[in-house]
Amino acid sequence: MAKIVIDGKTYEVNPANNLLQECLSQGLDLPYFCWHPCMGSVGACRQCAVKQFRNAEDTKGALVMACMTPANDGAIISIEDPQAQKFRAQVIESLMISHPHDCPVCEEGGECHLQDMTQMSGHNYRRYDKKKVTHNNQYLGPFINHEMNRCITCYRCVRFYDDYAGGTDLSAQASHHHVYFGRHEEGVLESEFSGNLVEVCPTGVFTDKVFSEHYSRKWDLQTAPSVCVGCAVGCNTTPGERYGSLRRIVNRYNSEVNGYFLCDRGRFGFEFVNSDERIREAQHVVNGSSSPLTDAQVKSVFAELKSAQAIGIGSPRASNEANYALRCLVGEENFYAGMSAAEFDCVQLHIQLARDPAFHIPSVREIEQADAVLILGEDVTNVAPRIALALRQSVRNKAKELAAACKIPQWQDAAVRELAQRQNSPLCVLSPYATRLDDIASDCVIDSYAVLTNVAYAIASAIAPAAPEAKPARERAELVQRVAAQLLSARRPLIIAGSSGGAVMLRAAANIAKALQGSRHSPVDLCILAQEVNSVGLGMLAGSGQNLSAALARIARGAESRAIVLENDLFLRAEHGAVAAAIDKLEQLVVVDHIATATTQRADYLVPSTAFSEHEATYINYEGRAQLSYQVNRCHSQAQPAWRWLHTQSDMHVANLVDRCAAEAAGFAGLQAVLPDTSQFIAGMKIPRQSHRYSGRTAMKANLNVHEPKQAVDTESPMAFSMEGIPSQKNASILGAAWAPQWNSNQSISKFQAEVNGELKQGSVGALLLQKQAASGGFFSHDLLARPASNDGLQLAIAYQIFGSDELSARSPAIRERMTAPYISLSPADARSRGLAQGDEVAIADTKFTATVCIRSRMQDGTAALYCGANEIDQFSLPTQVELSKTGFNSARGMRGLIVSDLHEEGY
Amino acid sequence: MMQKKAIQGKKHATNLVETIMLSLFKDTFTSQVKTLYQVFMHAFVKADTVEYPEEQPYMFPRWRGRIILSRDPDGEERCVACNLCACACPVDCIALQKAETEDGRWYPEFFRINFSRCIMCGFCEEACPTNAIQLTPDFEMAEYIRQDMVWEKEDLLINGTGKYHDYNFYRVAGMAIKGKGKGMAQNEAPPVNVKSLLP
Repeated sequence: MAKIVIDGKTYEVNPANNLLQECLSQGLDLPYFCWHPCMGSVGACRQCAVKQFRNAEDTKGALVMACMTPANDGAIISIEDPQAQKFRAQVIESLMISHPHDCPVCEEGGECHLQDMTQMSGHNYRRYDKKKVTHNNQYLGPFINHEMNRCITCYRCVRFYDDYAGGTDLSAQASHHHVYFGRHEEGVLESEFSGNLVEVCPTGVFTDKVFSEHYSRKWDLQTAPSVCVGCAVGCNTTPGERYGSLRRIVNRYNSEVNGYFLCDRGRFGFEFVNSDERIREAQHVVNGSSSPLTDAQVKSVFAELKSAQAIGIGSPRASNEANYALRCLVGEENFYAGMSAAEFDCVQLHIQLARDPAFHIPSVREIEQADAVLILGEDVTNVAPRIALALRQSVRNKAKELAAACKIPQWQDAAVRELAQRQNSPLCVLSPYATRLDDIASDCVIDSYAVLTNVAYAIASAIAPAAPEAKPARERAELVQRVAAQLLSARRPLIIAGSSGGAVMLRAAANIAKALQGSRHSPVDLCILAQEVNSVGLGMLAGSGQNLSAALARIARGAESRAIVLENDLFLRAEHGAVAAAIDKLEQLVVVDHIATATTQRADYLVPSTAFSEHEATYINYEGRAQLSYQVNRCHSQAQPAWRWLHTQSDMHVANLVDRCAAEAAGFAGLQAVLPDTSQFIAGMKIPRQSHRYSGRTAMKANLNVHEPKQAVDTESPMAFSMEGIPSQKNASILGAAWAPQWNSNQSISKFQAEVNGELKQGSVGALLLQKQAASGGFFSHDLLARPASNDGLQLAIAYQIFGSDELSARSPAIRERMTAPYISLSPADARSRGLAQGDEVAIADTKFTATVCIRSRMQDGTAALYCGANEIDQFSLPTQVELSKTGFNSARGMRGLIVSDLHEEGY
Repeated sequence: MMQKKAIQGKKHATNLVETIMLSLFKDTFTSQVKTLYQVFMHAFVKADTVEYPEEQPYMFPRWRGRIILSRDPDGEERCVACNLCACACPVDCIALQKAETEDGRWYPEFFRINFSRCIMCGFCEEACPTNAIQLTPDFEMAEYIRQDMVWEKEDLLINGTGKYHDYNFYRVAGMAIKGKGKGMAQNEAPPVNVKSLLP
């Protein structure tokens, strides 16, 4: 700890930081633009000037940029010095010279960092009367609007997009006052993290296009802390609602999970909530004709099912409360996880490994600290995108190490990058097709899962001879040794695997981690990716073997004639024929869901539930972290939270249900820790979901009735559906939206952090449920996938897409614009031997399913990767080895929107 | 000695009472007469009140009455749905929703004022960056049914510029709309050619 003096007051600071970081950490207001807590300093904007004095006797001092000056012990600075203040006002005046006069028609207005900083430095009148520089805008795809005139050239966009997120198609162009930030030509921004530009840009150059289509000012949105339901990472979000529809999602800071950034699926994939496909009323369907049901009739249906024996099928996209309520209703032995057998095996193994003391499941922040990474058979960018962004930071640990050796502070971003050039920490990717992380990978192995598993086992045995031995192909032997050496010499190695490669690959990953652990005597980071937001929670609730196949088999045996399906489209989880046959066999199928699916179409009783923003719920992410997501808006239809339909007790609240789940369900002890401590609230008052500037209260519904309705009362949570109450200024985990006096943008989060870019003041958010068990298991035995019997067919792997593979986000119009049709990736040699060209349409095996041929130069001969679209192809009906037959050339479907690095150009 | 002083004091007090009584009587009397005279004379003064509604009073242009939405000199809606009026409104009686025309102009999809809540404070007019929302000297807004005091955009939008005749937001703002591209607003240079190497 060092001591510095700011405006005559002494503060204890961390000498590893710069002055700007420390000023903000101490809660002081100092304007800045180009510095970002995650991206370090470059000193481009000159806005954070402060006066630094050499010693106590020095009265003259010198202006320094706070972001470029270390917080050395004994430093004496002044923010309020008149010369520093004047300098800052002049800097912002010059930045604003060409700023267009368009705040009223700017989506950033009201949450604009530039507005805040301009106010803070006191500039209010444009004295410069010469012409303003203008720029043409570009079309940047369905997510982002471009308005280049507003730019103040802080370079944050390219520093995020290129340097932080590894994008290649956004650059700084031209020079001096002509500097332009855009693509080399108009087109879709390719990065999966482009949405963060909206928050990174301190002004309105990059704005949220989806939000703009139904725009509201930040102060007019009803907001509450929520959790993204797009994948198993469980990023923290703040959705905003106005006039009954969900308008946008912005990032909510959580130091352990998503930090400052979200992926585009999470940010733009929420519009299924507003979709016309929502189920709005309960129906009883008899012979194709449906009749509405009252709430009481629905309750009686469930009461009847409680007394009769019924099968309950839970869902990895439903909350813990809903799944638990279903389990209570049907009984533990009749509760099945609505996941395919293969995925359920992976989830069970996932939970088992997470409880093993030999392994540590790292949080996203811990992933960023890894200095050697091995990815086993998982396409991280498309399955858990936020983790891919973290991995891009992990490879920079080499640069940080080099910088530390040269005594360069970590926040000196340009210097650290310059020093390291392109030297990265090792990252090895084993994947059936080239992934979006290959540009930072030190090694890539692209082959069938059978071969990849073999390589993985070989790496384990190369690290620890005790591990089951495997013989990789001769040309891979060197790679195996190299990767093993990299992992062994790393300070913090990380193994990543997921369910894409199946349980076999997970066991191989566990063996490698176990082998490393043997030489380290401390838990090894093993990151296992689950597929969906609550896959882990559902896996903890369902008994072993209680997967969807088992449920379907039980129905097919005719053992049970009634079933309840909870927020789950069974046709996504098992072979279509088997699901249809089982449903035909049922006498009564009750489906509780919020959106129309193939399963809801087959329901006898259809019960509407609420979507993620319309109820309070807990979800468990890949690391076993339970997180609470508050209700944002009310659902104006018959829909109720699924748990409320399923629970027969009428006086149930989420809080009681969470308590009960924690007490009764195995493994859920500690879940109640996610509930807010209401004793801390000021005068027992609620926390408002609406800002103190919320407008239109007496007019928004006046067209219906001039007598305003009473504000809705929230009986579930400590938050209010109104402006009433006191927003917590300390606890950002239960805050409508981050806001502090003078700080209207999302940058205000620094006021809620104990230290900038550190934990929130109230500490880490969420409860880690997967407790370590005493005994650690041994190595898994050698169970390689069966080698192909013949070389005739192509070894099939399933490919995922960030836009499309998730059932719910795929309903959002903006996401749909970025989705591609089903495609099958082949190597050039395989395509040539089959007479296939880029863009041809082929039938897969003997099925009716067709896909577009995508020839990729880095595919391994004899393998194919199939993307099934939004369940357009039934992946469970396909054999592991397929042959293709050409059905025609289809240029219309093509591979529009597909972004791969190794598209084979020849003959296209 | 003491006795003499007391007698003198008593005499002095009697004189004081007499003096006060006398002046009071004098003042009251003259005041009464004066008032009677003034009231009488007022009968011959020109009346300040007017025979409303037969006779309409002159309303000053900046009087804060019925709110309107105006159009710019080209006849287009001035409101850009920035929401600042709604934010400034102390009784929260303005609600609107932003939409965008194909030309790129922002406009309110609906714009509603609940006049039964409005206190005619004029904050909305002060907040308006485009001179769209203006208060007019019209005050005759009474209704028998309260619901009729909810005015929609169709009721609020007039066909003129209101009090401010020349201002057109899009001529000043940098945002491009159909017919006014980048660099064509007031005080703007033509768009930069990023591929040029010239200074």
